[in-house]
Amino acid sequence: MLTIENLSVGYSGIRALRGVSLTVRQGEIFALIGPNGAGKSTLLNAVSGMVPAAEGSVRLEDETITGRPAHRIARSGLIQVPEGRRVIAPLNVRENLELGRQAAGQRGSDSSDLDKVHSLFPILAERRDQLAGSLSGGQQQMLAIGRALMGRPRILLLDEPSLGLAPVIIREVFNALVKLNAQGLTILLVEQNAKMALETAHRAAVIEQGRVVHSGDANALMNDPVVADHYFGRAAA
Amino acid sequence: MLMQQLLNGIVVGSVYGVFALGFTLIFGVNHIMNMAHGTIFMWGAFAGLFVVLTFDAPFLAAVLAGAIGGGLLAVVLDFFAFRPLRKRNAPEFSSIVSSIGASFILLSLAQQVTATRVLRFPFETFPVVILNFMGLRIQLLQLVIVGIVVVMVFGLLFYLYRTSYGRQIRSVAFSESTSKLLGINPMAVNFQVFFISGALAGIAGVLIGIVFNSVHFMMGEPLLLRAFVVIILGGLGSIPGALIAGLLIGIVQTLSVAYLSAGMADAIVFSLLFLVLLFRPTGLLGGATSVARVTRS
Repeated sequence: MLTIENLSVGYSGIRALRGVSLTVRQGEIFALIGPNGAGKSTLLNAVSGMVPAAEGSVRLEDETITGRPAHRIARSGLIQVPEGRRVIAPLNVRENLELGRQAAGQRGSDSSDLDKVHSLFPILAERRDQLAGSLSGGQQQMLAIGRALMGRPRILLLDEPSLGLAPVIIREVFNALVKLNAQGLTILLVEQNAKMALETAHRAAVIEQGRVVHSGDANALMNDPVVADHYFGRAAA
Repeated sequence: MLMQQLLNGIVVGSVYGVFALGFTLIFGVNHIMNMAHGTIFMWGAFAGLFVVLTFDAPFLAAVLAGAIGGGLLAVVLDFFAFRPLRKRNAPEFSSIVSSIGASFILLSLAQQVTATRVLRFPFETFPVVILNFMGLRIQLLQLVIVGIVVVMVFGLLFYLYRTSYGRQIRSVAFSESTSKLLGINPMAVNFQVFFISGALAGIAGVLIGIVFNSVHFMMGEPLLLRAFVVIILGGLGSIPGALIAGLLIGIVQTLSVAYLSAGMADAIVFSLLFLVLLFRPTGLLGGATSVARVTRS
């Protein structure tokens, strides 16, 4: 589905990503975990076209999308839910969702998309006239996901969806992701909450200092003593 | 007499409001102080005059020509003066300098083309019809101008708040990077914003050119200064603020000319600005409602 080959990104001399290769398969949830500053967000942003790649390529099915402007990558069906939600605060909930349709482009969208989002997150129907900026963090995260779904993604990228949310809300958001995945949506998830991510994902990779250091089956990674040591020591505490 | 002057002030002020709307729109969406807005206004007036003189076009065609001429010029300006800066993420100050440079080029060009003459719309462009209403002498032209302004303002509000295009504009105004992730093409949005802004300026140019019966290469510069007052009074990025402050400035200016002296008008307008800045630093309506709320992210 999504093939990342030898992707490198440099910010003014600093190499944030060094030759990362990954494949996300159709219909799976793939998690990227790793410490702060490891390059997880950089990877998502390079794939989304928000930062230029210095080397390497990204393919969405058979199309090479490297080097395309970000809005065209979104329109080709690779839609990112950015870190910190980034809802359009001065617009209301309904308008934010309508904006999401832009990404559907030629694949088209209709009223059924809005119904689907509303049935996944009923709160968004309830709050439709409220300004997005006045929603709680959890509601904003749901809005950001709902907005991305309005664009009929072929693959959904999420950057730290659990960031700053209460555990019960995180559960709700991840349940929604599992439900979407069960309906066939491919998901690439970046998380610092490694436990949550590995429990949800089918496969995963660990990124450190801009490199993939482990990858494989999510269960296997969870039971890997080195990974467990590094990530659950802290996550459990 | 007072009512008569108030009426004149409202007519001029509504045109100031439209001029300032275009200025504030670009500021709200792109965070650019477009110092060439006055020259776009002036070239819009020339575009209107051109179709009248060349094709004997009627009044509304002149207004349309002003809109198209101003709109296209603003798009070209964006392409040459601002887009290269945006690409490099240059600081906002460079766009001010760049627009000042562009305005000088456009000014000198106009000076050359007109040989520094003051041009006039032919008298028959708009027939002088005077209506008497409760002791006021109202020119048909004044009514038509206020009508055009009202249509433009409601058209703009409809476009911004009720259409998908307007939603995209407001989204880009809030965050260009997030908008891109949603599949919004910021270049298409900028194109619309600059075209609308330039069209508003161009229409204002034709209207002012006809009202004062004079079109010349410097006509936009005093207006640009007043537009600063308008948008600071109204609150940067605020559409209702720009309109209300535009009307206010028009009225204050007309009354100053009528009752004090013409030379004092600008001094009074700018004193008003100082007073408002002292007591309401965010403007009369600032911070309350702005479309294009000035948010950086």
